[in-house]
This record gives sequence, C-alpha cells and structure tokens, in this order.
Amino acid sequence: MHKGIRNWGPPLLLISPTIIILGIFVYGLIGANVSVAMSDRHSLQPATAFVGLDNFIALLTEDRFLHSLVNLGVFTLFFMVGTMVFGFLWAWILDKGVTAEGTFRSIYLFPMAVSFVASGVVWRWLLNSATGERASGLNRLFETIGLGFLQNSWWNTPIWGMAAIAMPAIWQLSGYVMALFLSGFRGIPEELREAARMDGATEWQLYRHVIFPQLSPVALSALVIVAHMSLKVFDLIMSITGSIYQTEVPATYMWVALTSNDYAKSAAIATVLLLLVCVFIVPYLIWVSRSERRAR
Amino acid sequence: MTSTVPRIDASTDQARATRPARSSRAGRRHLSRTAKYTILVLFVIVVLMPVYVLLVTSLKPPADVNPATSWGLPVRWPWESATPGGPTGFDNWSTAWEALAAPIGRTFLLAIPAALISALLGSMNGFVLSRWRFPYADVVFTFILFGMFIPYQAIMTPLVQMKTSLGMPSNIWTLLIVHIIYGLPICTLIFRNYYVGIPHELMEAARVDGSGMLGTYWRIVLPLSLPGFVVTIIWQFTSAWNDFLFAMFLTNAQGGPVSLALVNLSQGAQLANYGAAMAGALIASVPTLVVYILLGKYFIGGLMSGSVKS
Repeated sequence: MHKGIRNWGPPLLLISPTIIILGIFVYGLIGANVSVAMSDRHSLQPATAFVGLDNFIALLTEDRFLHSLVNLGVFTLFFMVGTMVFGFLWAWILDKGVTAEGTFRSIYLFPMAVSFVASGVVWRWLLNSATGERASGLNRLFETIGLGFLQNSWWNTPIWGMAAIAMPAIWQLSGYVMALFLSGFRGIPEELREAARMDGATEWQLYRHVIFPQLSPVALSALVIVAHMSLKVFDLIMSITGSIYQTEVPATYMWVALTSNDYAKSAAIATVLLLLVCVFIVPYLIWVSRSERRAR
Repeated sequence: MTSTVPRIDASTDQARATRPARSSRAGRRHLSRTAKYTILVLFVIVVLMPVYVLLVTSLKPPADVNPATSWGLPVRWPWESATPGGPTGFDNWSTAWEALAAPIGRTFLLAIPAALISALLGSMNGFVLSRWRFPYADVVFTFILFGMFIPYQAIMTPLVQMKTSLGMPSNIWTLLIVHIIYGLPICTLIFRNYYVGIPHELMEAARVDGSGMLGTYWRIVLPLSLPGFVVTIIWQFTSAWNDFLFAMFLTNAQGGPVSLALVNLSQGAQLANYGAAMAGALIASVPTLVVYILLGKYFIGGLMSGSVKS
C-alpha cells in the first residue's frame, strides 16, 4: 500500500489542481445550470421554488424554441454536407499528386485562422438580400456574370435561409475537413492499394473495399467535430444578422433570454443544447477511448 | 485521439517520398491534369473571394460606395477623396484603427498570458497522463477531455451569476481566468499526445539515475517539449484572440477584446460605412494570419492533434 501511494501519489498531486478546477468549472457549473433550469428564476429576483421539468416542457412546446431548433437542423445539415463534400473533394484531388500542393493546402486552410466575427463582416455584405437594381454582394456578382436567376434573398428566406448562413461556415471549415481527409489518405499504406490492383480490382472496387473503409475513422472524426461545432453556432450568426428571430438558433436564443434576465429559461435552453451535443460526443469519446485501448 | 486523427505534418513527409511513383500511375488516368488544376484553381478563387471584397471595399471612400460597382476596383487612389476635402479610402482604415487600437492592445494582454499559462499547465498534465499509471487514469483523461466538447452555453448562466456575485470586472482579466480554465482540456490533450511519442527508454534511464517524477519532467521531458509548446501556445493564442462567446457574455465594450469591438464597429455601421467595418475585419485578423503564415505547420499540428474545438 505504502509503495502504491509512492508510485501514484506524486502524479496525482501534480494533476489534482486541474481535476479540481475542471470539477468545479465544468461539472459543478453544469450541475448549477441544471438546477437553475429547474427553478422559477425568471428575473433578477432569487428563485423561490423548484419547478422540476416545467421549464423544459414550456420550451419544447414553444413555437419560438421549436423554430430555433428547425433553423439549427437546416444549418447543421448544410454545414455538414458542405464541409464533407468540399473537404473530401480537395483532399482527393490533392492526394493524386499536384504541383505546389502546399500552396493549395495553405490557401484552402487559411479561413480557419480567421475568426467567425471577422468573416461575418464580409459575409454580411456578400449575403446582402437586396436584388435587382439595388443588389450588391453575391446577388450583384450573379447579375454581372449572367447568372441573375440565382439571385435570392439569402438568409432573409424563412427556414431555408439558414442554408445561406451555412455558406460562411462551409467556407471556413472545409479546409479543416480537407486536412483531416488528407491525413487519412496519407495513412493508407501503398501496399494495400497495390495488392488490390494485383487482384484485378477496378478503381471503383478499390475505393469501395480499400480506401473508403480505411478513411472511415477520419470521416467519423470529421463528422463529429463539424456536428458539435454546428450545434454550438453563435459567433457567426451574431456577426452576420445579430440576434434576430429569422436566424435564431438555440445558442442565440439563450443569449436573448439571459440578457433579459430570464435565468431559468437561458439555463434550460443551454441544457437542451448540452444534451444535443452529448448525443454526438459521448459515443464518440467512448469509441475513441476503446480504439486507443485496443491500440495499446 | 492519436489513433483516430493522425497528424498531417508527419504524414506529408512520408507521402512526399511516395508521390512520384503514385502520380505516374493510377491517379492521372482517371482525372485529367487539366480538370484537376481547373477545379483547384476555381476553388482558390472562391476561397480568396472574401479577401478581395474586404480589400477593395475597405479602400473605397463612402461616396464611391455604389451597389452597381461594388465588385470593381476602387476608381481612385486611397488617399484621394471623392469630393474636395471629403473622406478618402484611407479614412476607413483610420476610423477602424481608432475603434480597434485599444481593444487590440487589451487582446494581446489577454491572449499572450492565456497561451503561456495554459501551455505550462497542459504540459504538466500531459506528462502525468502519458507516463504515470495511477488508478483510473483513463477515466480521469476522459473526464478532462469532455470539458472541451461541451457547449460553453451549458456553463454560461451560472458563470455569469458567479462573476456578478464575486464582483469580478467586465474586462479581459476575467476573460483571462476563463480562457485558462477552459483551455486546460485541449492543452492537456495536445501535450499528452505529444509525450506519448517520447521514447520510454529516456524516462527509464532517468528513473534508474534516481530521478523522481518531477526530476524526470524537469530534466528530460521539458527540454524536449519545445514543439509541443509552440503548437499549444499558437492554438491557445488563436482561440483567445478569436473568441467571441465568452467576450460577449462576460465583458463590455469598455473593457472587452477585439472581437467585441469589431462587432460593435460593424453592426453600428450601415452600408455607407461598410468600408470601415471591412478595414476593421482585416486589422483584427492580422495577428492570427501572421501566426498562420509564419508558423503554419505548427498551427495545423494543433488543429490535427487537438482536432476539436470551435
């Protein structure tokens, strides 16, 4: 026993401040958040009663909150599909061997270094909803290059307007997904491709049976990462449209609730958001820790 | 996470060696050279288009802002005004600079210490978790890791209440503490993955020489940690610089960082003043872009090994 403590005592001591801090600021505050969400603290006055799930029931039957969930769903769908398609396409082409590959890679990845707030400034201009004479931004560009029929009111369209908000997000994150896929492609041993070709596999069979299965862990990581970023989207929307109803998602609705001092409501929205993220993250973390243990 | 998300910088070197053989075979048959480069260049144009818009719009004086010519280059030099004595293109830049200079200074005061302190703590944690077995080490690691996936909204309401009840200021000093705390998981992860790659024999040798855990860390591990520190510091600096969520909830315009000031500049401005907002977006992005251009390899290293954070 004494020897045991000597062995793992010092490391535990070194890491304990982190454990305590995260215990308080992650787990403790999540607990506090849930308890606010189950109280009747709808103003600056302290809570007077425990109301159980009432706030959640109210939220899930409220049109405004359901509208924000639908918006989030549309945004997430386009964001995920867009980044996966472009990220895969770029990585696939670059993997085929390209002169100045590093330059292409750096350009595709550069939007990652810019904040959503800064890119929001220019995308707000690009997604200007005016059409015809007064059109600027992308609508004006379409007009100029003879694609005028593509003009639309972007995020000003109910529901599907969220697809327009996904465009800057796709612009920003596709390079990242490309980098993930590229590392996946590079991780496939050349012998595997070689062996498949020796067996007379067609190019499609090679992809179907060798390359796609080898890429699936990377694709899964990319999907989970993009999905969890998407569910949290806040900066981009605040920067492009501000917290308006049209483009409201749970994260911006939570801001509106908190700034009007409805603590119970903002905490309840945040709890729903956390649960949504957990749907993706918890199985992913379990999968990662399992595959790490297997690798050891 | 090493197993699922390999690092790009290591694997590209390997690929460079195999590429000539590969490109001369299968690849080219199925996608012609022209098609390949056409697609790539087309996407370069699409990706860089917002930068073009930022530059040309920021250099046009308000009088020249006209939807019909909004995609064109400025029609006069940025130091010339459209009307005698009127504002010039450069005036957009000075307006933006006036609005952002003080917040940029504060953001440096925030992002640099946040990056240094987080990296140091992450290094110690990563060392412990990569080398020292104690009961439930895996559980502890997952417990730490979870903290970087949560939507920060889930802790924001009580955090704001806590800040109010402790009487903490609405400025960057509160943000500094917050960034250090919520940066711990990712910094720990980056260093743990980095230290797993250090040969075990080195540690064993130190242990045989009678070094304790701290001695091993100090004499063997820390001197080997420079690349890990570069990756982590860049990562934390960029996250702190680009953060908007915590800034919005915990600070105000008088004491907040550059992201908040930029949103105020751009939301306050309507079409007539888009130039200043665009100039501001460029100015606010300079530090992270410089880091990306000079130290891109390490920036990508952080993205890959940390691979998860918004």
